[in-house]
Amino acid sequence: MRDFSLEQLERYSRHILLQDVGVEGQEKLLDAKVLVVGAGGLGCPVALYLAAAGVGTIGIVDNDTVEISNLQRQIAHFTKDIDVPKVESAKEKMLAINPELEIRTYQLMLVADNIRDIIRDYDFVIDGTDNFPTKFLVNDACVMEKIPFSHGGILRFDGQTMTVVPGESSCYRCTFRSPPPPDAVPTCSQAGVLGAIAGMLGTIQATEALKFITGAGSLLTDTLLSFDAKTMNFRKVQLKKQDNCPLCGQSPTITELVDAEQAVCSL
Amino acid sequence: MIISVNGEEKFLNEPPVSINELLVVSEVESPEMVSVLLNGKVIEREKYEDTFIAEHDEVDFLYFMGGGSR
Ligand SMILES: [Zn+2]
Repeated sequence: MRDFSLEQLERYSRHILLQDVGVEGQEKLLDAKVLVVGAGGLGCPVALYLAAAGVGTIGIVDNDTVEISNLQRQIAHFTKDIDVPKVESAKEKMLAINPELEIRTYQLMLVADNIRDIIRDYDFVIDGTDNFPTKFLVNDACVMEKIPFSHGGILRFDGQTMTVVPGESSCYRCTFRSPPPPDAVPTCSQAGVLGAIAGMLGTIQATEALKFITGAGSLLTDTLLSFDAKTMNFRKVQLKKQDNCPLCGQSPTITELVDAEQAVCSL
Repeated sequence: MIISVNGEEKFLNEPPVSINELLVVSEVESPEMVSVLLNGKVIEREKYEDTFIAEHDEVDFLYFMGGGSR
């Protein structure tokens, strides 16, 4: 077993006190590798909480630089970070919280050609991406590589998330077959998002990662959790693996990764 | 006919009602942004027209939600 330093025992004392985490759980967290896809609205709170929790290796993928319109919700980025690559800005804050971590940055777009090689090294993946083609790509690659992940989406006052454990639970495609037509996706000017929603959903995703690593509780597998912050109604919809899922069903039609048309909306 | 839509009871007075019709009655603005579950089973878009709702069916309209990064 790992020898915890006095400082670590103090830093993680509130985890260690938890019966479901304890020293063993904290050790698992320090040994864990989580990849956060997107350093935006969802990725920021996820990355900060995972860093604070002591997840030993955290990868973060994002190709963008910080813009002023991001600051309303992407809480790892500060005004001074405008024009800085998001992965660098996020890494700086994560290390400021917890300097003992290994933070790996990937300033690139995830595409069919690179995603499997990148995710293969991780125990859990967080989908905090802003567009459907990448969400489906993350799902497909994670299912193929058998890596559990958390799906997350936010829009206006709403959020949704589900956790996928390939081989055990239904995948994102089981329920959401293929990316919606780009012209149906609310455009940047029509949509919008209440900033704090990103924190509400992102912290749920971070919690799922921590639960998966420590084995505490039960995951949002086969469950779509959605909320409407206007009413603060939360709803869980039971999902199941669908025999006709094009990816994980009985006769899959998707057997390799392909890049779909990108219709990126600046949410 | 009483059914459940997104967990809430709904009364339909003129059955038969197809998924397509239910989407209209339920005022779903962009059906392309919705995945339909009928009693837990995903209904493919091509089958909306000739899939009919029966008494006590549970229907869920699950919205595609993007967002996150950017
Ligand atoms: Zn599936």
